[in-house]
Order: sequence, then C-alpha cells, then structure tokens
Amino acid sequence: MIPDPVREGLAAGWRVIDAAAQERDSTLEADVVVVGSGAGGGVTAEILAEAGLSVVIVEEGPLRSSADFHMREREAYPQLYQESAGRQTRDKAITILQGRCVGGSTTVNWTSSFRTPPRTLAHWRSAHGLAGAGEADLAPWFERMEARLDISPWPVPPNENNDLLRRGCERLGIPAGAIRRNVKGCWNLGYCGMGCPTNAKQSMLVTTLPGALARGATLVQRARLERLERQGDRIVAAHARPVAGTGSAPGAARLRLVARHYVLSAGAIGSPAILLRSALPDPHELVGRRTFLHPTVVSAAVMPGRVDGHAGAPQSVYSDHFLDSVPVDGPVGYKLEVPPLHPILAGITLPGYGQAHASLMAAFPNLQVVIALLRDGFHERSPGGRVRLRSDGSPELDYPLDDFLFEGMRRAYLTMAEIQFAAGAAQVMPLHEDAAPVTGWAAAREAIAALPMAPLHPRVVSAHVMGGCPMGPDASRAVVDERGRHHLVGNLSVHDGSVFPTSLGANPQLSIYAFAARFARGLAESLSPRARA
Amino acid sequence: MATRRQFLKVGLAAGALLAGAGWLAFRGGRAPGPGYQWLDARSAAIVKALVPAVLAGSLPVSPDARREAVRETVAAFDRAVAGLSPAIQAEIAQLFALLGNGAGRFVVAGVRSAWAEAREDEVSAFLHRWRTSRFGLLRAGYQALTQLLQASWYGNPASWARIGYPGPPSLGGTPS
Repeated sequence: MIPDPVREGLAAGWRVIDAAAQERDSTLEADVVVVGSGAGGGVTAEILAEAGLSVVIVEEGPLRSSADFHMREREAYPQLYQESAGRQTRDKAITILQGRCVGGSTTVNWTSSFRTPPRTLAHWRSAHGLAGAGEADLAPWFERMEARLDISPWPVPPNENNDLLRRGCERLGIPAGAIRRNVKGCWNLGYCGMGCPTNAKQSMLVTTLPGALARGATLVQRARLERLERQGDRIVAAHARPVAGTGSAPGAARLRLVARHYVLSAGAIGSPAILLRSALPDPHELVGRRTFLHPTVVSAAVMPGRVDGHAGAPQSVYSDHFLDSVPVDGPVGYKLEVPPLHPILAGITLPGYGQAHASLMAAFPNLQVVIALLRDGFHERSPGGRVRLRSDGSPELDYPLDDFLFEGMRRAYLTMAEIQFAAGAAQVMPLHEDAAPVTGWAAAREAIAALPMAPLHPRVVSAHVMGGCPMGPDASRAVVDERGRHHLVGNLSVHDGSVFPTSLGANPQLSIYAFAARFARGLAESLSPRARA
Repeated sequence: MATRRQFLKVGLAAGALLAGAGWLAFRGGRAPGPGYQWLDARSAAIVKALVPAVLAGSLPVSPDARREAVRETVAAFDRAVAGLSPAIQAEIAQLFALLGNGAGRFVVAGVRSAWAEAREDEVSAFLHRWRTSRFGLLRAGYQALTQLLQASWYGNPASWARIGYPGPPSLGGTPS
C-alpha cells in the first residue's frame, strides 16, 4: 500500500470540517480566513500558520487524496474539477480545465513549473507600474518555493509525445527546452491530471496544506464562500454555504467566519466572483475585467509508430521560440507544449462525430498532440474576458474570441503542423470543426490558410485562468496593491492568479506560489508580533 | 448552400423556440425519469436517439454488447449532467426542451420523425446542420451534445479495447 499522508493526518487529528455534513448553522473564528486551498491559498495558509496565526481555510471542493485517486477519468473529472472538467466561457467557445478540490488546480495539474518570464515582468513594470516586479525582487520567492515543492529538472527521458515535439523542433532549428517539475520520487505514470496516486506530485494537498494543518489550521471542505460582509472600510464576517453532492447546489446550513483578515485565493474566476457578490467598492469597475486564459489551440498528428500519450510524465518539453522571437506587445505569441492523451480528453477534444471521429479515435495509440498557448493581455487588442455573475450568483466568464486571437491561432496551427511533419507525422489535423487530416506540409499550409475562424470552429481550451483582480500601485487601474492588499478595504487581500495584470506566457503555478509567498510573508509580519521578531 | 434569408428565418425561429423552451423547461420544474438522476423520460429518448449517430463506428458490433453500451452511455450522460452546476443544468434543460418540442425538433433540428423513431441518418444530418450552422448557439448545442456523449462512452472501459488504450497501470498490488 502507498501511504496516504492526508488520511494519516486525519487520523492524527487534523482539524477538518465537512461543511456538507453539517446540519446546523455555525460560526468559526480565526486570525485569518483563507478562501481557497489551491496554489495561492495553500502557500498562504502554511506561511501564516508558521507565523503562529490561527487560520481557517475554506474550500469549495471535496477533500480527496491518493487513496481516492484511481487514474480513471470518469471518477476524477466530476470529483476534482469545476463543471466536471467542462467549465466553459459564456458562448461555450473555450473549455476551461480548473480544479475544484482540496489543493485546487495543483491537485490535478500536469506539474509544469516555470518562473514568471523576465519579459512578462518587464512589461508589468513598464506598462502596469509594478515597481516591485523585478527579477531580483522575485528570485528569493521563486527559490523558496522551488525548495519547498522540490521543483527541479526532470532527469527521466521525455515520453514519446513530448520527445516528438523536441525532435520536430530540432529538425526545424526551433529551440526547445526541458520543463522543470514539482515532483519527488515520480513513478512516471502519466496520470497527474486525475490526482497523483503516489503522492509524488508536490501539490498543495501533500505539502503546504499538511504543513498548515499540522500547525493547528482548520480546513473546511465543501463550503462555498458566498459573500463578505463589510462595515465601513473593513470586512467583519464572511458567509459560506455547504456544497452538496457532485453538482454544486447549495446546502442549508450556514457558516459564518469571523477573522482579523481575509484572504481570497479562490482562483481567477472564484475570487472576482466573491468580490462581485459582496458588492465591495469598485468605482472603476475593475473587478472581473481583464481575465486571461492563454487561449490554447490544438494540433493532432498520426505517427507511424506508437506514441502512447497516456503514459509517462505529461509535460516535459516546451518551446518558447514563438514568444521570445516576437515583440511582447505585437501580434499574439504562443508557447508550445503537449498535453497528456486519455480517452475522455481525446474523445471530447477531437472534433466531429460518427465514423470520422471513430477513425481518429482508432488511431489513439499513434496520436501525437501539440498545443499552442496564446499569450493574451499584452496588446491593446487583447483585453481578455470579464467575469460576471449569473442570476443565481454563480460566476460566468465572458471571453469573446476575435480576429486578433484568430490570427495567432492560424499561425499556431501552421507552426504545429510543420513541427509534426518534421517529426515524421503521417497525417496532421488542426483540431477545428472544418479541418480534415492532411498528409503533407504543403497541403496543410493550404488547408490551414482556408480554415474559417469564428467562435466554436477551432477547439479552444484553457488550463490557466489569470487576472480579474489586478495588482498595481494605482487604485484607478488595480484592485490590490503590490502587497496583495485591497486598495479600498483594510483587512482584505487577494493571493492567487487573479492578481496578474496580464497572462504570464507560462504555466502559472510557480508564479502564483511565489507571489502568494511574498504576500503572505508581508501579511504575517503585519498581523503577528512573533513573525516580526 | 442556404440563402441568407433562410438562415435568418431559422435563426429567428431558433431564438423564439429557445425562449419558449426556457419557459417550458421551468414550468412546474422537471422530474427525473425512472432510473435517472437528471434526465426526464423525454430527454432520455433524445439521448438514446443520438447515441448511434454520435458513436457510429465506436460501439460494439454484437447486438447484446451494443445494447448494453447504449444503456451505459445514456446512464453516464445522465450522471454527467447531474454533476454540473445548476446554471449549466438549466441551459441543458433548455436545449432538451427545444429538441423535445415537436416544432423545435422539426424546424430547428430538421428531424421529422419523433425521436424514438428517428433514423441514424436523420440524426446525423441534424448534427451536421448544427455543427456547420452560422449560429453560434446551434454550434454550441451540437458540441454540448456530442461531447457529453463522447465523454460518456470513452469513460467506459468497454470502449478502450477498440482504441488500443490499455487502461490505467497497476500500482503493484494496490487495489485500485
């Protein structure tokens, strides 16, 4: 049996409350309430608890751990993801993979660990006034989190799906690199997206959350924060309700949380939604705007040999050539990576139905897939999306796709097809409703040039939600300051990917860890005499 | 190619029917059919009619295995929708109210037969029409229906042999 540190912790007396099992209204008090247990909340909770502060962590999703992770998509997606891994933008043109469980997206991500790219930081300093976003300012925070989460080069050869991206790039003279991963003793199974069954992935679930709980923090799972109650310029209480079942209909018992300080780490859809539901002051209507996704397009290739994209570390090779070789604020650039291939994910991402779809699925073992993640938010024509509330208070992201992004998507299709043919593909097909497999680069070029680009023609996915509560010195342009503190409400902070003023141009987990650590350390110092000593 | 005028006509009809469908979907609420968590009898019949067209070429050939695969796919579809948020469930309920209404089925989906009698080629033509529609709403409806069915089938281990997926690895004696 593989030891399960979460079950061991529960047996050892961690304070964990299942809100959905509560029958009566209740109140919890703490120094700090942290809303969300993902990359931002996990790091924040541990640092505050280490400083001797009492912490209550509120998480909408359920507590699941390695003993529950069976590497089966049909179990994992409904339990661990928002909308069963099918969250979508308002017009359904973009599908968003986002965690909804204890550990948040870190429980289900693919372990790719990148520091915030220097060009992104430079843009934040020059265009968004973030004086503290220097590489040297952040280096200690990256180092701290890399050490905490065992982020290091991955010594194992890439699986074939990744290696084909590397070989294709090599043959075309396109620089590619190896992705660092947050793993310790990884079995190289390939099921990171369904929860790590061996606890090798150093997600929040097995690192900072156990760290916080061992220091007396309380975790309330299956509770959704509905609103913050404000008096003057301070929050006086937070109100939560249980989330029942796998769907998310609210339960009856109410939970009131009272604290000296409140930290929102509910992710870049969840945190803006809480601010909007709470009707906090937002005179410049900034909350929820400028939400970014790295809109991602996909290209599938049929290789002459087996690829078995389900097996082995899902992401180990990348290329930033199409980010680094173009102006950061020009036509949209893109990062190249590969996704893992599992039957449901492949089944719903390959376009079409019936015989045509069945033939693509029949090539499953030989499928090689490349993704291009568009760096949105740097150009004036890339304002991102907007989180709004539906009539029932749930959040919805309206992210209109337009010609600025479509132009980049078409370029990305061309790049991916060229790389896949260079790697030896027999057939390549952009995942687009109007595309058909083609057998050579010349034919691909022609077919891609002719693809109609409009919402719900290209398959567009995202696993990275950023922005919506941007940080910055100027309250007319930013929701929080450079310490993560709300500009207009005294005892409220935001520690998650929603503080980024643009997308990152890199998988976000390490950026969130570093900024959250920096914010949390500052907060601990202001709240706890012990931390100052 | 249909003319712009025809497109507009279908678009207006779809809009009007969707508005009506929303009203129908919520009038007095909907109750799950026997054996289902979310699907009512009428929606279940639609899902059942969609399966052979959406999963043509993927389902088992032998009649018994095929019948079982269809049954399990409809059941998985039901569980999948039951696991979504109330807001998304309401949108899917609207879609089924539109398709389940005789006028909606005929005018917007272009399916003449009642769902229980609809032939695979009729259903396939409907899917094609929505897939290539100029209306984003219909393309979204097509993608929702096909993706829910594809997820429902490919989550089922019975689908894996045909696509050469060996299933998750064993962790060496650990029950999984």
